[in-house]
This record gives sequence, structure tokens and C-alpha cells, in this order.
Amino acid sequence: MSDVKVTIDGKEVLVPQGSTILQAARKVGISIPTLCHLDLHDTKMVNKTASCRVCVVEVEGRRNLAPSCATPVVDGMVVRTNTVRVMEARKTIIELLLSDHPKECLTCAKSGKCELQDLSEKFGLREVRITGKSQSTYKKDYSESIIRDMDKCIMCRRCETMCNEVQTVGALSAINRGFEAVVSPAFESPLVDTVCTHCGQCVAVCPVGALTENDHTWKVLDALADPDKIVVAQTAPAVRVAIGEEFGAEPGTIVTGKLVSGLKSIGFDYVFDTDFTADLTIMEEGHELLERLEKFLAGDKDVKLPILTSCCPAWVNFIESQFPELIDVPSTAKSPQQMFGSIAKSYFAEKLNVPRKKMVVVSVMPCLAKKYEASREEFSVDGNPDVDITISTRELAHLIKQFNLDLNELEDQEYDNPLGISTGAGVIFGTTGGVIEAAVRTAYEIKTGKELERVDFKQLRGFDGVRVASVDMDGLVLNIGIAHGLGNARQLLEEIKDGNPRNLHAIEIMACPGGCIGGGGQPYHHGDSSVLKKRQEAIYQVDREMKIRKSHENPAIIELYETYLGKPLSEKSHKLLHTHYSVKDKV
Amino acid sequence: MAELKNEQFNELEQFIDSMSSTKGELIRVLHKAQEIFGYLPKEVQKFVAKKLHVSTAKVFGVVSFYSFFTMTPRGEHNIAICLGTACYVRGAEKVLDAFKRELNINTGETTKDGKFSITGVRCVGACGLAPVVMVGEKVYGRVTPDMVKDILEEYKD
Ligand code: SF4
Ligand code: SF4
Ligand code: FES
Ligand code: FES
Repeated sequence: MSDVKVTIDGKEVLVPQGSTILQAARKVGISIPTLCHLDLHDTKMVNKTASCRVCVVEVEGRRNLAPSCATPVVDGMVVRTNTVRVMEARKTIIELLLSDHPKECLTCAKSGKCELQDLSEKFGLREVRITGKSQSTYKKDYSESIIRDMDKCIMCRRCETMCNEVQTVGALSAINRGFEAVVSPAFESPLVDTVCTHCGQCVAVCPVGALTENDHTWKVLDALADPDKIVVAQTAPAVRVAIGEEFGAEPGTIVTGKLVSGLKSIGFDYVFDTDFTADLTIMEEGHELLERLEKFLAGDKDVKLPILTSCCPAWVNFIESQFPELIDVPSTAKSPQQMFGSIAKSYFAEKLNVPRKKMVVVSVMPCLAKKYEASREEFSVDGNPDVDITISTRELAHLIKQFNLDLNELEDQEYDNPLGISTGAGVIFGTTGGVIEAAVRTAYEIKTGKELERVDFKQLRGFDGVRVASVDMDGLVLNIGIAHGLGNARQLLEEIKDGNPRNLHAIEIMACPGGCIGGGGQPYHHGDSSVLKKRQEAIYQVDREMKIRKSHENPAIIELYETYLGKPLSEKSHKLLHTHYSVKDKV
Repeated sequence: MAELKNEQFNELEQFIDSMSSTKGELIRVLHKAQEIFGYLPKEVQKFVAKKLHVSTAKVFGVVSFYSFFTMTPRGEHNIAICLGTACYVRGAEKVLDAFKRELNINTGETTKDGKFSITGVRCVGACGLAPVVMVGEKVYGRVTPDMVKDILEEYKD
């Protein structure tokens, strides 16, 4: 396609035909404010509703102002983005948006990170002169993971695009019209009763406070304040490469030691690592894979392949409500978060000689679905949950700030023993491709009895939505599929339903774009997908710098099996580390 | 409330199956469904979603957007008030308000006893008689707010 020439604010620029004015402007470094528009290049998320009109510009020869995010350029077009007329129009548009928006910034979870608030500030709005129709009044909808406050919805419909087109879940749709228009599940049902997977990707893209996480930090404070409780933290792999951003560090900065320090400073009794139970997951899942594979190759008809990873709770929700026919293909291994809770409240509590009720397990997760997962009934013993409280990366950052601490200023500290000892295989769970790479490292050595010369499996890495690669295990070729983002997962699942033509043996699925590094509880990337890539690089760097890089070589894991569990897939392992799935019929 | 019958679902299914493609036909299918069932209860919306391979949320989005779709069963006597231009300028809204006040329900709702429901409709092609109200099949012309009580009286017993 040929390029076209446009002039924007006096600057000439050549762009491919079909580009929008906004794209052309960005190319020459002219920034036009936007609100509804969102383009996450690497994850196929483009929100094109053009509903807000904040991005209007003047186009020579046209009477009306044009929304730059939705107006294609034509050759010779002359555009002005910063005339008085444009400024006035934008200001009026923002004022209109504010006229129908609750003025609750003081207590809003998005305050300071709200794109509407930013615009209002940028345009110096000091009063809203338009007092039109009354605002809509929707009841807040609380799920364990997400709070929907539709009075704050500005109808950009980013969440709908994310949920329907990227994740292909279809939990959300625009409903009603005019001032009453909001985005909602079918029949205005509470989110928990719907096909929603709690992935939190809608929260990650909502520009305002209409969709936010269900904040549990106050519960953490309550636990810390209780002298009778032993409060134990676990931190997920992806948190250490992202939480620094909340304190002004560059994306991809590794702050593992400072994260530990922060948690200790605010009063946690033990700071442990989910990477430890990621290693444990590999022991269980890896052996399960090998066992299924051997039976399968021996012709056992009852054995289903491919085996699917089961660490991602949003993905588990997805398969439970959307692919009932595939319900028995995911590994029965619990996720690392749940394995941690289970081991902390059995193995570790017994070591300390305290009853499980005295222990409070707090997870710090990049994820909102983990909140929901922790609340599932099967993950509790006599009403006492394995994981008591789950907070997101954002929530922890907030908590640390409340304590008047700057993470960047803290001294590095080490995780506690024994549940803080981990390997490079554990940390790569944080990125797409990581779980399966960790599994292959272990499965290879168990299967072949040989030591790996190279632990890096580059063919499993990357950012493409669906990847397929093979690993040669000394003659046995293992075909592996990887998908991140639920839309991509759907593609692979349909393929399995169609008879698995590529003969895949194992599939890794993560619900969020990029894997956990792009989780719904991570610092907001505000549409900049390079942030995810930097976090991914950081994850692999942590892996490279680890002394041990294979789960089965983790000394704390070896000890756990020797002194407590017996061996992988033992009866005790099954009781503590495995789960089951059930089909859920939801709207 | 009338029960949803299997034959009704069959009829809807046949209608959908007879379409060469269902792409972009959601509204048409919903119209047909409302014609068959009289309204669009949740089960019908779920059914349509499954058949057309769209999310139930999306179906509900469309149903809630257009005022001619309703999720409550029509009353025994449905009062259709024309809100077309001619009727509107000649006071249809006041007539509508009078019905709402008298029956204590809103447009799209049904009285508790299931007797009456109110819907707003587009031009029914009787502009010469504006404002026009139809109760069931019966047409009333040049309706004024004070006629409302008498009209309702005809159906009460
Ligand atoms: S909930 Fe948020 S993302 Fe969704 S339409 Fe409303 S403002 Fe946009
Ligand atoms: S959490 Fe995920 S599945 Fe649920 S509504 Fe949001 S985007 Fe959709
Ligand atoms: S950003 Fe262009 S219309 Fe909203
Ligand atoms: S406008 Fe009411 S009949 Fe035409």
C-alpha cells in the first residue's frame, strides 16, 4: 500500500494509507489527548468505539471537527490539533462527561490514576457549568475480585472490547441507552453469576473508577494488628518485576529484595515465595505429564492428552464454563498460590507447632482471579481457607506507601526459609511460556536420566499469542502448545476439540496477555504494551541469575518430599496438592 | 404468567434454522421471538444466544437498547400508544402519561393483576386520527387524557 502525505500542525508526515490522524500525529511526536481509544498493539486489543470525542481536531475543508482516533487520513490532508476552536471543543466535551460523572474522586480507587481526572486537570476545569439530566444510579456489584461501579462508567467500552474480542469470554455488553447506558453482564446479573473468569483484564483497561479490584488491604492490616496471629506472605513471580513501577522505577526493574524488605517492614512474620510452590507444581504436574504420556504411548485409551497446565485460575474458570467437554484435560495440580496455602497451613504450621487457625496466609498476586480462586470452597479445611487474603501488586504498593516507605530506598533482604527457597524454573511461571519451560526442564531430566546441557528452551519463549514448538527428549518428541490471552486459548481448545491434528502433548495457557506479568492486578500500563515486554525480559534475567534453575534440584523441595510428602503424586500429595474441576453453567 | 411452551421454542428454532446466515440477524430473530412469546424472558434470550453463537450479554444488550423489546409479559390487554410524529405533536405524550398514572405502571410494564400493559409504538399509519391508541386490535382516535378512564373502563370486569 502506498503512503499518503499529511500536514499536521505544519509538520509533514508520510503514513500508510488507512492510518488514522491520531497515528499520523503520534508519528511526528504530536500528542492528541484521547480517552476511549486504546491500542495495545501486541495483544490485538484496539478499542475503536470513538465514543468520547476528546480527540477532535480541525481538518481543512471540513466544517465539523473530526475525531482523530477514527478518521482516516487522505493524501494532502491538512490538520490542526491545537487551535482555540479545538481546545474549546475538547473542554466542553470533558465538561459534558463530568456533568454525568459522580464527583467522588476523594474516595475513588482510581484517584490519581484516572484518565478522566487527568484530562480534567489538564484542561483546567474548575467547575462544571452543565447540569443536565440526573446521573444514572446503578447498584455497585461486588465480586470477590472486582467491583463494578457503573455510575462512573463513561461508556468508552474498552472493557467490552477486551472481554469479548480479546478474551472472547462475552461476559459484558453495552446495555440501555442515553444517560442510562452502561456496560453490564446479561440481565444485569452480578458478575459472579456470569461466565466472567475474573481475569481482571477489563479492570486493567478501564480508564476510570468504574471497574476496580476488590481491595482487601484493610483485611491485611487487621491481621497484622492481631497479636495472636502468625501472618505469612507469599509473593508471586511476576510481582518482583512490576511493583517497582508504582514507586517510579522503570518498567522491568527487578526489586525482589526490596519487596521482601517492604513486607517485613510492615510487619509480616514470615515472607515466603510462591516460586517455591511453583517448583512444587512442576514436581506434581511434571510427573503427571510423564505418567499420562507413558500410559498414552502404551495405548491406554482412558488417558487424555494433551495435558493442560492449571496454574491460571482465570483459565480454569474459562474451561469450567465454556468447554465442559474438555473438563478432564487440565492437570489436577493446584495452582502455586493454593499449593502454598495448603503447605503453609500443614507442613509449616506443624513445624512451628501451631494450629492452622492461628496462621494467616496473605498472597501478593499480579492477578485478580487469584482472589476468587482463594475463596473457592474446595480450598479450605473446616471452613478455614488455605489462603486467607489475596491482594494485588497494586494493593501491596498502596499498603507500603501508607506505611510511608519508598520501596526503592529499602535495603535488599532475603526470603525466609524454607518456603522462600526457589529456582529459576519457579520464577519463569510469571511469563507466557514459562510454566511449560520449567516443566520441560524437569521432565527431560527425569525421563532421560541425563543432565540438560542447556536449560534455556528458546523455542518456547516469545510474545506471539499462540505458539507451537517441539522438544526432543532423547528420541521422544514432545509437542507443546502455548497460548496467552483467552481468545488465543480458545483457538487452541477448538483445535483439541477438532481431534488435536497437530498432536500436541502438553499445552500451557495463561489468561492474561503476556501471562502473569500482564495480570489484571499489575501496575496499570495505560496502553503501553512495551511495559509487558520489559517485565518479561526481567523475568528471564532473574532466572539466569539464579544458582539453581531446575525445580527438582530445589533443596527445600527435596526436603519437603523426603520428610513430609513422600514422592510426587503420593497419597499425601494428592490430598494436599491436587484438586478437581466442575462444569459451571453460567450466563 | 403464561408458560413458555416447547412448540414456541420449536417455532423459533425453525425460523432461525431457515435463515441462510444468522450473521447480523440478531434483531430480526428477536423480533420473531417476541412475536412468538409476546415478550423476551431470560430463557428465550439464552436460547437465541446459543443458537446464534453470540453471548447472552450481547443479546441482553440489544434487548435493553430498543424500547420495542420487552422482558415482561404483556398484559391481557396491551395498550399501544402511538408516539409517531403526528400523534406526538397532537399530545400523545399527555395521553401516555394519563395511562401511566391511571394504571400506575411505566411503559413496557404490566399491572400486577396481569390485565394491562403499556407500550409505545411508532407511527401506525392512522395519522389522520392522531393521537392514536390501540387496545388489543381496537383502535381509538383523537384520544385525549380525559378519555383514558373511560377506555380502561371498557376492559375492567
Ligand atoms: S466500565 Fe470502564 S472500561 Fe467499561 S465502558 Fe465503562 S468506563 Fe469504559
Ligand atoms: S474479568 Fe475478564 S472475563 Fe470477567 S468481565 Fe472482566 S474481562 Fe471479562
Ligand atoms: S479518543 Fe477518539 S473518540 Fe474517544
Ligand atoms: S404518528 Fe401516530 S398514527 Fe402516524
